[in-house]
Amino acid sequence: MSTTLWIIIAGAVATYLTRIGGHLVISRFERIHPRVEAGLNAVPAAVLTTLVAPAALSAGPAELTALAVAAVVSLRGGLMTMFLAGAAVLIAMRHFIG
Amino acid sequence: MSDRQTEFWQGARLSVPVVVASAPFAILFGALAVDNGFSVAEATLMSATIFGGASQLVGIELFGQHVAPWLIVLSIFAVNFRHVLYSAAIGPHIAHWPWVQQAIGYFFLTDPQYAEAERIREQGEKVGFAWYMGMALTLYVCWVVESCIGALFGRLIPDPHAIGLDFLLPIYFLGLVMSFRKRPRWLPIVVASAVASMIAYKTVGSPWHVSIGALAGVLFAAAMPVRPGEAATVDETAEVVS
Repeated sequence: MSTTLWIIIAGAVATYLTRIGGHLVISRFERIHPRVEAGLNAVPAAVLTTLVAPAALSAGPAELTALAVAAVVSLRGGLMTMFLAGAAVLIAMRHFIG
Repeated sequence: MSDRQTEFWQGARLSVPVVVASAPFAILFGALAVDNGFSVAEATLMSATIFGGASQLVGIELFGQHVAPWLIVLSIFAVNFRHVLYSAAIGPHIAHWPWVQQAIGYFFLTDPQYAEAERIREQGEKVGFAWYMGMALTLYVCWVVESCIGALFGRLIPDPHAIGLDFLLPIYFLGLVMSFRKRPRWLPIVVASAVASMIAYKTVGSPWHVSIGALAGVLFAAAMPVRPGEAATVDETAEVVS
């Protein structure tokens, strides 16, 4: 089997474990320690930030402007609106400044 | 129609806005997966077995950077870790289902699925299996088919750079980061992760910046003094994309 296939299958098993795991494990405890809960709450934002920040580090003006516009739009609009706004700025700026 | 069929279609109807909102991301996933070296079949299989948009996009982004396989799997796990909270919260409300139905139900426990289940439970209704699967299967079939379409279409894109394909993911991930901004200490956590990941990226190098940056944010959150009554409820975590 190819490496790609292994990644997909292992990723699928890992994902299923997160979806059934909370019921199997966490619900057995009376309550979660506040620090553990605070850490768990931080997981998605922390992981996803690491995929944006280094990309911004090596980005040019078109990419940085797109990120900035998308961030501002996301304060009012939903995920789709901010995504389309960022993509539009990115494509337009790459088109005009190369 | 029987009661079960009625419930199934009620659930299916609830999925419509989510299907519309997630369609572009399914297509984007398919296109990027092929762009990063997946075959059409592999891209479709990933959508069919993982069924979690953000984690799939993270997976192919890291795959394109030739990150070690185990680290890709770990990152998928980390992005999906929030489901543990949904799973713990929803467990008591579907405990009356036969265990096979429960095992199937947990596979489909995406962000919008959790949010809708919590919502109808708050209205005093039971979370029924037929209703649950009506929503889940509609989302699932659309997600898998759209990923496949994106993968087929992605190969036809002549210049990915011109339409910004290589930088759409950071924009999308930024959107997800922003969607968590109501959570306690969101800004300092994001700053901690951003700074740590950038330093790690420049010093240790890719792919370690992902683990190091994420760990910095999580440890920061756990180390801060606990303020009573501010723990986020899982309701706040629901996003549009599964």
